[in-house]
Amino acid sequence: MKTKSVKRPAAGSHPRPVKLWQLRLYVTDQTPKSLTAFSNLKRICESHLSGRYRITVIDLLKQPHLAKGDQILAIPTVVRLLPKPVRTIIGNLSDLERVLVGLDLRPVG
Amino acid sequence: MKNNRVKTAFPAVQLPKCPTGIQGLDEITGGGLPCGRPTLVCGGAGCGKTLLAVEFLVRGAVQFGEPGVLIAFEETEAELKANVASLGFDLAGLVRRKKILLDHVHIDPGEIQESGDYDLEGLFVRLGHAIDSIGARRVVLDTLEALFAGLRNEAILRAELRRLFRWLKDKGVTAIITAERGNNQLTRHGLEEYVSDCVILLDHRVSDQIATRHLRVVKYRGTLHGTNEFPFLIGDDGISVLPITSLGLNHKVSRERVATGILRLDAMLGGRGFFRGSSILLTGTPGTGKTIVAANFAQAACRRGERALFFSFEESPNQIIRNMYSIGLRLEPLVQRGLLRFHSARPSLYGLEMHLATMFKEVATFQPSVVIVDPITSLMDAGTDSETKGMVTRLIDYLKAGQVTSLFTSLTQGGHVLQQSEMAMSSLMDSWLLLQDLEGNGERNRVLYVLKARGMAHSNQVREFLISDRGIDLVDAYIGPSGVLTGSARAAQEALETAAVLAGQQEAARRKRELERKRVALGRQISGLRSDYETEAVELRRIDEQVGTRARVLTTERAASGRLRQADDMVAPSANGNSKPKSQR
Repeated sequence: MKTKSVKRPAAGSHPRPVKLWQLRLYVTDQTPKSLTAFSNLKRICESHLSGRYRITVIDLLKQPHLAKGDQILAIPTVVRLLPKPVRTIIGNLSDLERVLVGLDLRPVG
Repeated sequence: MKNNRVKTAFPAVQLPKCPTGIQGLDEITGGGLPCGRPTLVCGGAGCGKTLLAVEFLVRGAVQFGEPGVLIAFEETEAELKANVASLGFDLAGLVRRKKILLDHVHIDPGEIQESGDYDLEGLFVRLGHAIDSIGARRVVLDTLEALFAGLRNEAILRAELRRLFRWLKDKGVTAIITAERGNNQLTRHGLEEYVSDCVILLDHRVSDQIATRHLRVVKYRGTLHGTNEFPFLIGDDGISVLPITSLGLNHKVSRERVATGILRLDAMLGGRGFFRGSSILLTGTPGTGKTIVAANFAQAACRRGERALFFSFEESPNQIIRNMYSIGLRLEPLVQRGLLRFHSARPSLYGLEMHLATMFKEVATFQPSVVIVDPITSLMDAGTDSETKGMVTRLIDYLKAGQVTSLFTSLTQGGHVLQQSEMAMSSLMDSWLLLQDLEGNGERNRVLYVLKARGMAHSNQVREFLISDRGIDLVDAYIGPSGVLTGSARAAQEALETAAVLAGQQEAARRKRELERKRVALGRQISGLRSDYETEAVELRRIDEQVGTRARVLTTERAASGRLRQADDMVAPSANGNSKPKSQR
């Protein structure tokens, strides 16, 4: 992705990266909802997937054509591309429980 | 008409309209949907919402040069293309040429987890991007209510919908939003609350096992519109709404006459047949020859080089051709030359509206000058009396507007009492012919009356209607002291009359011969008398001669005897026998 990419490579905590989580966060501009969603997502990933995740933020105002591919309706939306299957969470991710369910992070935790 | 009224009511404001191009809909709405505003189209499952919306887009792109965007929530792009291709819409081609943009929005509540606050900006972005990328002027959202199934937070959804419609208005696009019909409201989720400019309700009702679609403009802010429920149907080329009220009684009329193909019938109608563009009702009991009269009428039109269209609801084209051949009407060459066209369909094949639309379409494509519907009563099975009358009214108005002469046959139960439906139908008709069976003498004979013929002198007499292998002939029925005589009774009466005449002739001849004989006898008498007379005259002359001779002889003898007796010489010269008898004579 050519978008602004936030990468959190593993700092040696996991010597053997089993699988990399690929997440996309769709936003429109720097709205409060978007910013909240991004910080929430980052926090959750840090605590559950430290070093094993990659978040791509896509600003639909700049790249509107990308909305169709992942069937984006609501903003903000997080799409878990990997691991399969694809999962979608909408909202500013303020409800932690639902995010964990949505990303299927419960058993891992 | 409507526009004028709006103008007088609001002289300054004329709501801009966006024509849909859908047959009939623009007439009802007075020009189309409100331009630059959203319109709500609601209705139950399978009543044609999506089709109406797609047709709006396709016609916009093809006819009015307005590109359109279709956001489909329920069908994928491939499905949509395939579905409307059967109606002749080349959606795929329009998409390729960037006239129409399809976007399938997929929402699966099972795949989406909601966490916290969100908005539908993603949809706005997609829609905005789609509109901008092809410069769309028209937008269809089909069916927006899928959002209610996909998203749980209704408060957010409703707020976003309100914003969406505002945003669509700001964009200046003319939009159609489709929605499912609700139980106690127009739409299941109350979308009419947000779309307040124009609401169109579609309906699909079944009565007597025949389904008819109806369209009603529930609301159209800022304009007058037809408020009735209009039947519509989905044909080969999309939707056509049939606005009853859009047709009026203002068609032009013709003074031209068209022959019926039956000389004596023309003679009964003032010698020249029916008016062009008039409507003719032909009622009759079964087997009175309605189809034959109709076929004659069609053939007469074809002989003039005009086209005739024959709608048959009872017989197949081949059957009609075969049957008419038996009375010497050769229709097949006319069909081959393209002058005559048959359209046969069972009345129960589809609803009345579909029949009507099919007939409209046939008439529009074939452009006939004569249309025959045989029989119109069959269509009554497809609808109620009032529906049928409404349909016939529309058909007649449509045909009259095009100066098409129409002949409707109508099957009646017989008897002299006219059925209600006939009474209703006849008021629509300009001319009315009645074919009837007269029973008597162990046989049935057909007679024909002209019950009415608007605007022309017509015979009030009954004619016997004969069908032979040479076609139709009308003969004067014998009207005598015992009533109207037809068939063999008429023939018998005619024979009686002929015999009487013959007898008279023979009597005259006999008397003539007698007189002649008398005259000859008299002549003979005269000639006999004349010969008698001649005989008498001869006899008379003979007597005279005898008398003269005798006298001469007497004198001579006297002189001779005198001389012998030495009579006086003095006497001798005076008593000269030669002179004396002469002077005596």
